[in-house]
Amino acid sequence: MSSSEATLTDRAAVHDQGAKPSGQPSKRILVGYGFWVFLLSDIIMFSAIFAAYAVLSGATAGGPSGAQLFHLNVAAIETACLLLSSFTCGLAAIAAGVRSQQWTQLGLLVTGLLGAAFVALEVREFAAMIAHGAGPQRSAFLSAFFALVGCHGIHVSAGLLWLGTMMAQLYAKGFRADIMRRLLCFNLFWHALDIIWVGVLTVVYLLGAGQ
Amino acid sequence: MGKLTWSAIPFDQPIPMTASAVMLLGIAAVLVWVVLKGHLPYLWREWITSVDHKRIGVMYCMLAAVMLVRGFIDALMMRSQLALSTGGAAGYLPPEHYDQIFSAHGTIMIFFVAMPFMIGLMNFVAPLQLGIRDVAFPTLNSVSLWLTASGVLLVNVSLIIGEFARTGWLAYPPLSELQFSPGVGVDYYLWALQISGVGTLLSGINLATTILKMHAPGMSYTRMPIFCWTALASNLLIVAAFPILTATFAMLLLDRYLGFHFFTNELGGNPMMYINLIWAWGHPEVYILVLPAFGVFSEVISTFSGKPLFGYRSMVAATMAICLLSFLVWLHHFFTMGAGADVNGFFGIMTMIIAVPTGVKIFNWLFTLYGGRVRFTVPLLWSLAFMLTFVIGGMTGVLMAVPPADFVLHNSVFLVAHFHNVVIGGVLFGAFAGYTYWFPKAFGFTLDERWGKAAFWCWVIGFYVAFMPLYGLGLLGMTRRMQHSVEPSWTPLLHLAAVGALIILAGIVCQAVQLVVSIRTRQRRWDVTGDPWDGRTLEWATPSPPPSFNFSVMPNVTGEEAYWGTKQRAIKEQRLADEPQYVPIEMPLNSPTGFVTAFFTTVTGFALIWHIWWQVAFGLLGAFATFVVFAWRDRVEHEITAEQLAKIDRERRRVRTEALANRVPPA
Repeated sequence: MSSSEATLTDRAAVHDQGAKPSGQPSKRILVGYGFWVFLLSDIIMFSAIFAAYAVLSGATAGGPSGAQLFHLNVAAIETACLLLSSFTCGLAAIAAGVRSQQWTQLGLLVTGLLGAAFVALEVREFAAMIAHGAGPQRSAFLSAFFALVGCHGIHVSAGLLWLGTMMAQLYAKGFRADIMRRLLCFNLFWHALDIIWVGVLTVVYLLGAGQ
Repeated sequence: MGKLTWSAIPFDQPIPMTASAVMLLGIAAVLVWVVLKGHLPYLWREWITSVDHKRIGVMYCMLAAVMLVRGFIDALMMRSQLALSTGGAAGYLPPEHYDQIFSAHGTIMIFFVAMPFMIGLMNFVAPLQLGIRDVAFPTLNSVSLWLTASGVLLVNVSLIIGEFARTGWLAYPPLSELQFSPGVGVDYYLWALQISGVGTLLSGINLATTILKMHAPGMSYTRMPIFCWTALASNLLIVAAFPILTATFAMLLLDRYLGFHFFTNELGGNPMMYINLIWAWGHPEVYILVLPAFGVFSEVISTFSGKPLFGYRSMVAATMAICLLSFLVWLHHFFTMGAGADVNGFFGIMTMIIAVPTGVKIFNWLFTLYGGRVRFTVPLLWSLAFMLTFVIGGMTGVLMAVPPADFVLHNSVFLVAHFHNVVIGGVLFGAFAGYTYWFPKAFGFTLDERWGKAAFWCWVIGFYVAFMPLYGLGLLGMTRRMQHSVEPSWTPLLHLAAVGALIILAGIVCQAVQLVVSIRTRQRRWDVTGDPWDGRTLEWATPSPPPSFNFSVMPNVTGEEAYWGTKQRAIKEQRLADEPQYVPIEMPLNSPTGFVTAFFTTVTGFALIWHIWWQVAFGLLGAFATFVVFAWRDRVEHEITAEQLAKIDRERRRVRTEALANRVPPA
């Protein structure tokens, strides 16, 4: 997120007063800082669920294990969707930096579509597992699997809702300082979800399928 | 309507029905009075929609005070039940009701008394001490407050509609699983705490950002008042620990609502995992509560000794050490799990180590008092009682940190005595010290000293009479959460403990009287100068109560004890610094976002508890709509002109200059 973020920040700073005369940090810095703190707390929440998954990953109670259930090719497509969507999200930030309504909206739209594709793939995977009797009620391992992967999925879905709202707002109000700050936060949020997904992919899918 | 029917209201049980009727009548009376007197628009404009950190802090403390009464009534019922049900008698509370009372008592006292009281003090004081005009995210602050209120409301609704949990204040599975607790009690507990937990987390993010990023010019980290440091540590712990609580409760909710197997007895579930996770939050929580109280005592002892705090830097180091170590001791809450000698040994030693920085603090306070000109005001009395009481509580804690000793004392009332010893002696005494100390700052007049002292003595004596017998009972073998006892030798001690609770009741009555008397005689007790205690930190540089923007001009800090230095210079030169140039400032507009959001989360929480799914959808949609409306605002700030600033500040300067004439410059 280095260059795209930098562009967003530099340009936005012009419209966000920079540092105030009294030496107080600008709103953009405060909002970004606070949102980082929030993201850290969110990552701690995920780490609690990761810990639970690690404890319960062997507790299959005679039911199917990860090696029997996980399809790595689906996980690979999901990963591609998410990583690509982060790239387009960064592009949208660059477009917002040069105040291009059209390209910003397009970048955000593609981000949203890729995110939606990810969610759709995940829902399909869940539905297939439940149909084969491998739902979350089957074993503690599957409970932890559905909770961990589902929690990430819910985050992505909530992000899509946020994205849609923000696109409408950007369309109606243009590149206002507060909307630029929200765009910055959304970028941070979306990249953080990627980091968590890399953890999910490694701990759940790669380690699980290899067992 | 989901599971909700008329049978949910316990018409056949006189005690909850009477309690609910009294509560409803009380609320109705207050509402009618507010509406008839025409106070409603004022309340809405100036308080409910306020995003001012001082008003939000005051409302947090008021919430805590009201819930203290509720939680204390639970305590009185428990103590009287145990006093009446000795030697095989049945008492007056049936077990299923008694179990709800001790669960509600613990839940309310920790989450809805201690937490809001400390968050309220931090909210009110920290920005003033830092010399800034508000917290980083003022509207978010209001959302946090009202989410906490939403949780409070749900817990209290359980008194009338349905039931509360019978599972203790941490709802251990498998007892809290659907199989063993099929009613709505555990659901009330979980959703109330999820909603208020989100509020607490948001408040933690807000205050941590504020303290880390926003300071008056010249106020570096090592010049921050110690209360700000303890508030920082506490809020960092909130940010790091509350997400664990949210995740843990979410897992238990999945077990209960969707048949997951995180903590069940079958299909691989692991109940002990819940106990590990909940204490990974629970032990830091202890320090989230007590660290700000340590900060209060530091400020109070320094002010009323007329000396700078002894060992400021060691105090900061001790605070941050506790902040870190608090995550490494959680297993001492369940040595009996059977993790083995090595694991128990590690956590036992860590627990003893965390007592060291606390000991450092005690010595710092003692040395601050030493050689000082000590004024024995009510806040200082609370601080002295704290030091004595907390040392005793700390020592019984270190005693239980020895695993073999803990195997004997685990789940006995010795433990109950220990944690009341530290939570009442530490957190509650700190809250009362802070309340008395900062009351004049918040309302512009001081609290009555005589009633304050009466309350102090009742509380302290009552505490010792109520809880010292429990140490003895614990050693005699009495376990906690018993609805009646058969051992005749316990009877005298149980009766003594009940007497102690009655003495504490007298203390609470004295506090109520103190408040009423102080309000009635406020004409005689105005805090004209804004510095009633000869304070040392920046909050005392503002008028009492401070204007909404706190400081007309941001103070320039040139050393530790920002205000003390300025004040001494003014006394020496017999004049204030030159009048500054006033520059117009922007302050955030009030917003009903917090209140409306909390309305919808309450609706959603209630619907989730009773499985009313359409109402869940309605509540979530409403919360989202509120969020969109808030995000769509075009005007977020209003300007305060230079003339308005100058007018308020010149009045402040006039009073201060007058006060200077009465202060003799030191020889």
